[in-house]
Amino acid sequence: MPESSITENRFEKEIVSRAIDQFGCDRENLLPVLGFIRDEHRYLSIEIMREVASRFNMSSAEVYGVASFYHFLPTEPRGKNLISVCKTIVCDMHGRADVVAVIQDMLKINFDQTTADSNFSLQAVNCIGCCDEAPAMLINDKPYTKLDATRTREILKRYYP
Amino acid sequence: MNENENHSSGIIKKSDLIFAQYKTMYTVLESSLQLSAEQIIETMLDSGLRGRGGAGFPTAKKWQAAASVPAVQRFVICNADEGEPGTFKDKAILRQVPRKVLTGMALCAKAIQATEGYIYLRAEYRNLADELQAHIDIFHEYCDRFKLDFRVKIFMGQGAYVCGEETALIESMEGKRGEPRNKPPFPTEVGYLGKPTVVNNVETFATAMIIFKVGASEYKKLGTPDSRGSKLFSVSGDTRKPGVHELELGMSLYDFVKEFGDGDTKAVQVGGAAGMCVPRREFKNTIIGFEGVPTGGSMILFNSKRSMYNVLHNYLDFFNQESCGQCTPCRVGCQQLLLGTEAVKKGEKDTVYLEQLIRLTETMRIGSKCGLGRSVGNAFNSIVENFKEEILY
Repeated sequence: MPESSITENRFEKEIVSRAIDQFGCDRENLLPVLGFIRDEHRYLSIEIMREVASRFNMSSAEVYGVASFYHFLPTEPRGKNLISVCKTIVCDMHGRADVVAVIQDMLKINFDQTTADSNFSLQAVNCIGCCDEAPAMLINDKPYTKLDATRTREILKRYYP
Repeated sequence: MNENENHSSGIIKKSDLIFAQYKTMYTVLESSLQLSAEQIIETMLDSGLRGRGGAGFPTAKKWQAAASVPAVQRFVICNADEGEPGTFKDKAILRQVPRKVLTGMALCAKAIQATEGYIYLRAEYRNLADELQAHIDIFHEYCDRFKLDFRVKIFMGQGAYVCGEETALIESMEGKRGEPRNKPPFPTEVGYLGKPTVVNNVETFATAMIIFKVGASEYKKLGTPDSRGSKLFSVSGDTRKPGVHELELGMSLYDFVKEFGDGDTKAVQVGGAAGMCVPRREFKNTIIGFEGVPTGGSMILFNSKRSMYNVLHNYLDFFNQESCGQCTPCRVGCQQLLLGTEAVKKGEKDTVYLEQLIRLTETMRIGSKCGLGRSVGNAFNSIVENFKEEILY
C-alpha cells in the first residue's frame, strides 16, 4: 500500500480501533462495532467498511452487505441530526402529511436528503411504536409524538445550530 | 345472537397483572429460585402460557426443548424487536416493569441452565436503553445475592422488521444480515452461536414472572382453554382510548369495538400488517385468541372515513421494504402485490387481476421461509375480499 493512502486512512483506522477495543472483533461483535462507528461518524464510509473488513477478516463486500441490510446503519453521509418520520398507517391517518410539509418547508429538503449545512437529514421510517400518540417522529434517538404543524416547528427549532 | 353463544362473557374483562407495581425487589425471583429446573418448567406447562409475540408457541415447550439438548452453554434471549405496525406494548413493559422481564429471563435461565442472556432492543427504542441498563445493573446484584450465575446484556438492533423473527434475530446477533434460517433445526437446538437458545417476547417473560407470583392454577383461570391468561393490547387508530390495555383473551371483536371504537368502526386490523383485517359484519363471530384471530397485541381501528385502499397500500409498501429478499416468492411477490394493486386502482389492470394477486399470496405462503412472506396474504386477502370496491374505485 502506498504511504499516502496509509496516512489518508489514519482516521478510519483510529475509529475502527476504538470500536474494536470496546467490543472485540469476533463476528458477533460486528453490529455493535458498526453501531459505535455510526454514532461517532454518522455513517459508514467505504474506507471505514474496508478497514472493518480487514480487522474482522471478512470481505468488504460482506461488511457492506450487512450494513446495507439495516435501516440504521447508513452507508451515505448524513447530517448531524437525523429526523425519522414514521410513515406507518396510524401516523398516516393522524396527520403525518402536515408534519412532513412543515419539515420540508423549514429545511428545504426531501426524504433521504441532507441540508446544505449538514445539520439535518430526513428519512421516512416504518412503525416506531408510538401509534397511540400519532403522528410521531424520532430526532436521533428521541421520540416526539402527538405532532402537529406548530409543535413540529417548535421542536425543529431546538435543533437549529 | 347465536354466533355469540360460545362466548360467555359479553363484556371485556380487564386485568391488571402486567403493570401491577410491587413494593419489594425481586422477592418472586428469590422464592422461585428455590424450585428445581424441572419444577419451573412444570409450572410453565401447567399455566398453558403461549408466546405473546404473536405466533403463540407454548412457552414451556420451548424451555423444555432447550433444556433437553445436551450443551455446555445455552442462551436466553428476550425479543424486544417490536416492529409490527400498531404494536407498542413491549415498550410500555420495558419502561414500566422491566424487573418482571428480567425475573422471567432469570427463571428461564435457571430452567435451561443458561448463564448469559440478551435483550435484543430495536434501534427505534434506543432511548429506553440507559434506564434499562440501570435496572440490569441492580438485577445483577440480586442475582449475586441469590447465587444465580446469570448476566444480561442489551444488544442493539439496527433497524429491520424481519429481525423480530427469532432466527433472523439470531443471525443479526451473530453479525450477519438478518435473514431467517431454515427450520428445523429450531433455535432451541441450534440457536445463538450454535447453542440451544430460548427466544421469547418481552411480554412472555413478564408473564412468566406473573405466573410464579400468582401461581399457574390462578393464572389459567383467565382466558379460555386455547388462550389462557390475559394479554396486552396496543390499541390505536380511530379509537376513543388509544394506548396499552390488558385484557383477557377470548373476547369477541364486537365487545372489543364497543369498548374501544369511536362509534363508526368499519374494520379492525388484528395483529398488525401481518394480521387479519376484520370487517364490521364479522365482529360478532370473531374471537380474539388462538381459537379465532390471534394477535401479538396490535389492534388498529378504522372508521368509515378511512380508505381501505390507503390502508392496504401502506401495508404493501411496508412489506415491500421489509422483505429481506432471501426467498424469491416473498421478494418479488411483495413488489408485484404493490405494483399490481396500484395498477388495478388506476384501471391499468382488469378487476380479475386481483384474483391473480390473491393466488400470488398463496405462492408466497407456501414458498417463503418465514412468517413475513407467509403472512402478507393475511392482510392482502382480507382487505381485498372485504373491501373490493374500495380497492377498485
